[in-house]
Amino acid sequence: MTVAYDIAVIGAGPAGMAAAATADGLGLATVLIDEQAAPGGQIYRNIEGAPLADRAVLGADYEAGAALAGALRGSGVDYLDTTTVWRVTPENEIGVTRAGAARLISAKHIVLATGALERPMPLPGWTLPGVMTAGAAQVMLKSAAAVAPGAVFAGCGPLLYLIVGQYLRAGAPIAALIDTTPRTNIWRAAPLLPRALAAGNYLAKGLAMMRDIRRAGVRVIRGVDGLAALGEGHLRAVGYSRGGRRATIETEHLFLHQGIVANVNLAMAAGCAHHWDARQLGWRPACDGWGRSSVDGVSIAGDGAGIGGAQVAELDGRLAALDAACRLGRIEAAERDRRAAPLHAARRRDLRIRPFLEALYRPADDQRVPLADDVIVCRCEDVTAGDIRAALALGCPGPNQLKAFTRCGMGPCQGRLCGPTVTELIAAERGVPVADVGYYRLRPPVKPVTLGELAGTAPSGDTPGGA
Amino acid sequence: MTRYDAAVVGGGMIGSAIAYGLARRGLATVMLDEGDVAFRAARGNFGLVWVQGKGADAPAYAHWTRRSSDLWPALDAELAEATGVATGYARRGGVEICLSQDEFDTLAAELERLRVATNGEFSYAMHDRAGLGQYVPGLGAGVVGGSYSVLDGHVNPLALLRALHAGFLARGGIYRPGSRVSRISHQQPGFEIAGDGETVAAERVVLAAGLGNRALAPFVGLVAPVFPLRGEILVTEKLAPFLEVATLNLRQTVEGGCLIGASHDEAGFDDRSTGAAMAAIAGRAVTAFPALADVQIVRSWGALRVMTRDDLPIYAQSPRCPGAFVVCGHSGVTLAAAHVTLLADWIADGTLPGEVAAFGAERFDVRDAS
Amino acid sequence: MFETRRSPGPTVRIAFDGAPLDVAPGQSVAAALLTAGVGATRRTPDSGAPRAPYCMIGVCFDCLVVIDGQSNRQACMVTVRDGMRVESQAGASNIAP
Repeated sequence: MTVAYDIAVIGAGPAGMAAAATADGLGLATVLIDEQAAPGGQIYRNIEGAPLADRAVLGADYEAGAALAGALRGSGVDYLDTTTVWRVTPENEIGVTRAGAARLISAKHIVLATGALERPMPLPGWTLPGVMTAGAAQVMLKSAAAVAPGAVFAGCGPLLYLIVGQYLRAGAPIAALIDTTPRTNIWRAAPLLPRALAAGNYLAKGLAMMRDIRRAGVRVIRGVDGLAALGEGHLRAVGYSRGGRRATIETEHLFLHQGIVANVNLAMAAGCAHHWDARQLGWRPACDGWGRSSVDGVSIAGDGAGIGGAQVAELDGRLAALDAACRLGRIEAAERDRRAAPLHAARRRDLRIRPFLEALYRPADDQRVPLADDVIVCRCEDVTAGDIRAALALGCPGPNQLKAFTRCGMGPCQGRLCGPTVTELIAAERGVPVADVGYYRLRPPVKPVTLGELAGTAPSGDTPGGA
Repeated sequence: MTRYDAAVVGGGMIGSAIAYGLARRGLATVMLDEGDVAFRAARGNFGLVWVQGKGADAPAYAHWTRRSSDLWPALDAELAEATGVATGYARRGGVEICLSQDEFDTLAAELERLRVATNGEFSYAMHDRAGLGQYVPGLGAGVVGGSYSVLDGHVNPLALLRALHAGFLARGGIYRPGSRVSRISHQQPGFEIAGDGETVAAERVVLAAGLGNRALAPFVGLVAPVFPLRGEILVTEKLAPFLEVATLNLRQTVEGGCLIGASHDEAGFDDRSTGAAMAAIAGRAVTAFPALADVQIVRSWGALRVMTRDDLPIYAQSPRCPGAFVVCGHSGVTLAAAHVTLLADWIADGTLPGEVAAFGAERFDVRDAS
Repeated sequence: MFETRRSPGPTVRIAFDGAPLDVAPGQSVAAALLTAGVGATRRTPDSGAPRAPYCMIGVCFDCLVVIDGQSNRQACMVTVRDGMRVESQAGASNIAP
């Protein structure tokens, strides 16, 4: 029933592709498991075949993914696409399903490279059809060559400006860019600028993006309050207040973004320790310099270990593979360190931009924790901020008791879309540091699996009728 | 230091039921609870209000269970009125499904013993698969048959917990989470209970800390030889209503999802989900209900039952420290009604009802405590 | 409404709530439906509120639809296939006992 590898890599984004190819190159029997039909993760989604007639729309950085995908295809890695991972056991067994059948894959070492997801941006009406994330706009562009003309983009952070730039290059009209970056951020970020300048050309790219947006005459609106998605049954307009006056922009599409956070569900369900990162405003796993987590035999690479960007993710993947090879006795520690030295150096350099970016694009408190009670926090179970506050008034000490009392976090997304909001809301209501609040206790299956599939993973010889 | 009429250690199913019951009696009560991350059997409950099969070899337990079951409708109505929380309580009968002739015969014998032990008060019927089909639709060919008892029901245990907490606060109870109790000292009279960050004084102390009672009971001269027994549950996606009665291992909630169990593993204090239990639970469910094979499991949980070797609860009052009580067991949901009323009265008035004399601490060999 | 920038090419035929849709191959059901102008793709079991794909990367579970009779499938994670039957999911899924 179980197939055994030296190393299993979960996630085929830049960290996963790099880890798998590196591990294979070091002679490790490697499997790469990913739920998409093709490699690339999110940042390099559809890198092997984006249907856009003009790929230049997507930008030069996107093409860096092609080399990684090529290296993967040219390697001896056992690449399992369209395969969903639903658990990682303490014995390093990975529960997977593909085409309606579930099985277990075992590996001596596991690298989790499940990447990031967008921080939720709960505002009134955000569950209306027509409201999506900026990342969703990118997926539509990359995988279906589709744009929504006349859309409003709202939020803050580099990814928002990236997709706006891609829309401009695709010739899609933009109704407005509502930039919710707090004005005071620039003062917090300025002292971090000198260090950021050492991080290569990130800043130049960022400035170029902003320049292109300005030059294209995109309507940019800043200093807004009370952002809301309006409509019955579907989005019809975006409302906001500015200078004490209420305004609306008619549109059928609103793309929201306020940064990304690590996708922690699989790592948490696998038992890896996590902590709250107050600068990234998200939970991240506790890892050492090689990506080793608190669970023996499990490493975490890429944005799933903390937001660092695509280049850092690739370096993380290579480092995790080198370390795994050493741990499995395939190379000596001295060899590992020799090969890793330039990777560590490049990684340190690439990370220098992060404190600056995190400060500059730190979303406003009231964009992360809704002030209005009627805003939905848990999309799966329709639990509002007011419902949560009422339960907190009963003395709920944290997210798990809150989940028990309100169903918040009980839906199929398992807290991916509500977790960060809930953590910060509880901290605000109880007046305690966010780090002390804790997070949902996550368990497998981290993605749904059918009863029939689960039953099929019983060791053969077990009869269902047994006691 | 505020001096309370009663301090209840533990805010789970049993602690909150007793605390609510005491507050309802007008006693100034404080409920001390752990933080958000704790073993909390109360958050891992299946939700059965179950009479069949309980106490087949212990008539006092069968009787006590039946008492509580009969008091349940009144508790549900009272909680709805007092807190607005709907517990989802329904009593439409319960079924235990058997997948082999052995299981069927063993169950039939047990239920017959229970009927005899209760002088016929407990009633049930054994059915073959076709007969069981009148209560439970879509049974698979692997089902041999099973039992049906009209006395069984189910409830949403999390809604119950919320209702008990809300009811407690509404009656003036003081709730202190994040106060894990580490020491109790007998002040003669009364007690000082030391938790994280604060100490409270109370005339009475009720130890309802589940597995934590083992360490706390000796402070008041009692023993509570409880041990953990892990149980795992799978939860399905929401389904349109198809199952009215509760079955022992599968029930459909008001929201539509099905809870599916059960497993019993002595694994110490490890409450993590296991592949073996999940697969076994899924296998039995698919055999019993083949139509569920394509239904998705959206989450699972595991919790540690609070067990004693003889399966019976512990209701003990300390002879050495009058005013100290130990209350724990693994049927906090079924017994909630009795806990809110009869047990809370016992604790408030200090008179142990005869019907629970069988559950005292004297039945334990002192060696059990280690 | 989403517009495609794709050069015309071969299509596959799927059905959405009984109506035929000719869509480009190789994309997710969610992308195909959105490009075809579909608004809501499900109603929540609790409140009956309309929902549509939100994240497109398989983490929000708002894009749940019925595909070839199987409910609660994430439309953004399934690639379109000729002859595929897609239905919007109204409330909780029905199992035929």
